[in-house]
Amino acid sequence: MATFKEFRNNVKPNWCPGCGDFSIQAAIQRAAANVGLEPEQLAVISGIGCSGRISGYINAYGLHGIHGRALPIAQGVKLANRELTVIASGGDGDGFAIGMGHTVHAIRRNVNVTYIVMDNQIYGLTKGQTSPRSAEGFKTKSTPEGSIESVLSPLEIALSAGATFIAQSFSSDLKQLTALIEAGIKHEGFSLINVFSPCVTFNKVNTYDWFKENIVNLDGEAGEGYDSSNRLAAMTKVMETNGLVTGLIYQDTKRRSYENLISGFQEQGLANQDIKLSREEFEKLAADFV
Amino acid sequence: MISQLSWKIGGQQGEGVESTDRIFSTALNRLGYYLYGYRHFSSRIKGGHTNNKIRISTQPIRAISDDLDILVAFDQESIDLNAPELRPGGVVVADAKFKPVLPEGSDARLFAVPITAIAEELGTSLMKNMVASGASWALLGLPIEVFNQAVEEEFGRKGPAIVEKNVEAVKRGAEFVLEQAGGPLEEFALEPADGKQKMFMIGNEAIGLGTVAAGCRLMSAYPITPASEIMEYLIKKLPKLGGTVVQTEDEIAAVTMAIGANYAGVRTMTASAGPGLSLMMEAIGLAGMTEQPLVIVDTQRGGPSTGLPTKQEQSDLNAMVYGTHGEIPKVVIAPASIEDCFYDTIEAFNIAEEYQVPVIIMTDLQLSLGKQSCEKLDYDRIEIRRGKLQRELPELEPNVLFKRYELTEDGVSPRSIPGDKGGLHHVTGVEHDETGRPSENALNRKQMMDKRLGKLNNLLIPEAIRVDVPHEKPEVLIIGMGSTGGTIDEARVRLEQGGMRTGHIQVRQIHPFPTESLKPYLDAAETVIVLENNATAQLASQIKLHCGFADKIRNLLKYDGNPFLPSEVYEASKEMSKVGHI
Ligand SMILES: Cc1ncc(C[n+]2csc(CCOP(=O)(O)OP(=O)(O)O)c2C)c(N)n1
Ligand code: SF4
Ligand SMILES: [Mg+2]
Repeated sequence: MATFKEFRNNVKPNWCPGCGDFSIQAAIQRAAANVGLEPEQLAVISGIGCSGRISGYINAYGLHGIHGRALPIAQGVKLANRELTVIASGGDGDGFAIGMGHTVHAIRRNVNVTYIVMDNQIYGLTKGQTSPRSAEGFKTKSTPEGSIESVLSPLEIALSAGATFIAQSFSSDLKQLTALIEAGIKHEGFSLINVFSPCVTFNKVNTYDWFKENIVNLDGEAGEGYDSSNRLAAMTKVMETNGLVTGLIYQDTKRRSYENLISGFQEQGLANQDIKLSREEFEKLAADFV
Repeated sequence: MISQLSWKIGGQQGEGVESTDRIFSTALNRLGYYLYGYRHFSSRIKGGHTNNKIRISTQPIRAISDDLDILVAFDQESIDLNAPELRPGGVVVADAKFKPVLPEGSDARLFAVPITAIAEELGTSLMKNMVASGASWALLGLPIEVFNQAVEEEFGRKGPAIVEKNVEAVKRGAEFVLEQAGGPLEEFALEPADGKQKMFMIGNEAIGLGTVAAGCRLMSAYPITPASEIMEYLIKKLPKLGGTVVQTEDEIAAVTMAIGANYAGVRTMTASAGPGLSLMMEAIGLAGMTEQPLVIVDTQRGGPSTGLPTKQEQSDLNAMVYGTHGEIPKVVIAPASIEDCFYDTIEAFNIAEEYQVPVIIMTDLQLSLGKQSCEKLDYDRIEIRRGKLQRELPELEPNVLFKRYELTEDGVSPRSIPGDKGGLHHVTGVEHDETGRPSENALNRKQMMDKRLGKLNNLLIPEAIRVDVPHEKPEVLIIGMGSTGGTIDEARVRLEQGGMRTGHIQVRQIHPFPTESLKPYLDAAETVIVLENNATAQLASQIKLHCGFADKIRNLLKYDGNPFLPSEVYEASKEMSKVGHI
């Protein structure tokens, strides 16, 4: 069995020192080892942004695609070979701005993919513009007088779109984050894990200290008596905490994944099946047209 | 006896025009006639005039006809709109209910049949179409048993009582009209067909069947006219073969999902029309840059924007050839017949994997939706070639990646897929080195660009141009693409009868352009007419760009939404050939 070190490669990330994304990379590597994967069994599909580089920093199969499209690519990979573990990953702009349509529909579709959003409430790669996750009044290069749009709550959207696994974490909390990624991988269906990942260069408001002060952690006292299978309670908790809650927010273990609902879809990955039609199969298909 | 005939049925959309046409043509196909269908429809679902025309022949045909022999009309509008097409002595079978009248000056023969009344007498006006088709079938004097067989197939699922009622409707329609006409019309008696079994299908179905035969097991797509039938066909078939179709949220998701699945080793396709193709552009660049196989079908319709969504056009050529930013290798193939739709689709999947490039299959509305006879498709011609895909690989040293983008002689690198142990590599749309790692090194950049763009240097698909040039020095060489071939051929027969030396080439490989194949024919011809359904002569521009000969090339363009008619091509060719060199 591979250890987390085997999921490391020799590429030095080009993230700024102190960037929250480093810990997310480490958490994915640990979780992959903890669930017993080999590097070739894991495919990490990422979008474009500082965060999107992550697929290149993990020793596994990886695809760094185009801005906002990590999710449809990842679903394609999973449907092609369900024997693989597929992680999709990217920034808050990637998943909640340009790719928001895909996020909602990936949630509805419920293909067994784990989606890790590296949420820094800003556009890092393009050097500091507002994101749908930026708070109202947040000043950036593109909102010099402060953002005048309302902030988007991905957890509320995921709950109302019918997500079967919703978690949130903080990149400093490596233990919780690793455990949640493991749980997400093991979950049958789509799992959304939003991770607060401070951008130390462009976001001077939502800093490590700011998160430490404001986060409500369900793994602590605040979570006593919390029932993560209760959708209404989950919605209440998210609203109560202004979205600043971490831990497993909601899980539905009953709904089957998309792959398991497709009629005739086999356990063996499609990529490993024989594709040539037999003469009999072909003649039968052709007979429709005579 | 005659060897060919044109039949048309018209009415309001949703009134049974489609099903009448389907049963009528199925029965004719059983008798072994060659058929060529044309659907005129609007983008409304109910209401709005619609008509279906079938050309019936004892010989292979691949074009709609200039005129019409028999018109079945459910309303006066159908007569007003279509009667001008009737040839002298043509026949109109119309519902007596609306007191049909022929346009002034028309010499057609009108049979007013109480179509609705008979149907209602039998229980429901829904059976109008059966009464009408029974009447027109009877006028042709064709065997009724074959027709009843087709009726049984159409309604069998609904039980014997329904079948019986419909058969009765056919009979009553036939009896009524035969009494009026005094028996079958002798001038419409068709010679018997060759009885050889043919297939009868639309281009989209041939593409669907080709897709399945090619081993494609996943499709991701978003509905659009005139591409949806491909998706609808595949959703019926793929689950039985272990695969599936995903109806995505948009075409960006459709194409990127297909890229992901191809990357993971499954032949996957998407199909759309112009608006969807526009949305796919960025992703096509990703496939080109990361060297993923990808098959996209673009069933062209009238553009730009929403344009004429249910009409014929061939105006996406530039988008297919030039679309996406930056420079990538890409293949565009244009099937020119129903048979091509099947075989070229299989070839598209092979090329996509052999060269690790996106391949676009270009059709047009008439090819995608026109139902026509097709020679029996041959299982033995199905070939699956997966290029340099490697599944058995030696283990990698620690910290060494598989050279997925290895620089090779032919530019094509070995390919591994996720799950396979010795094949670990990275993929990125950022410029990368041989293992797929990002690199901004100038030398690497140039090598990688040259590698990718050089892959297709020698690509020439079988019959990259389809040539029918019987004369050494034709006075007129007509060049087309897609569905227009049959129309060109019919015009040529008439031109040759008039003493003109003609030739015809249908370009099937649009990109990379088959320059050297085409040049000698351009050289030999006196005048070259490039015929296309667009306003800016996109195919002619490719020919001039790659082959030259601008001084001989004339544009024959039609972009009013309708396919060319043989007579239009005939007249225009006569006119253009006179001019000679400019
Ligand atoms: C289609 C397209 N539009 C714009 C860009 C430019 N762009 C690259 S990353 C990015 C946003 C990055 O923000 P986010 O997704 O939050 O990632 P982060 O850098 O913060 O990790 C933008 C706008 C692009 N690459 N592609
Ligand atoms: S700019 Fe921000 S998000 Fe990007 S690497 Fe630097 S700290 Fe991280
Ligand atoms: Mg961001």
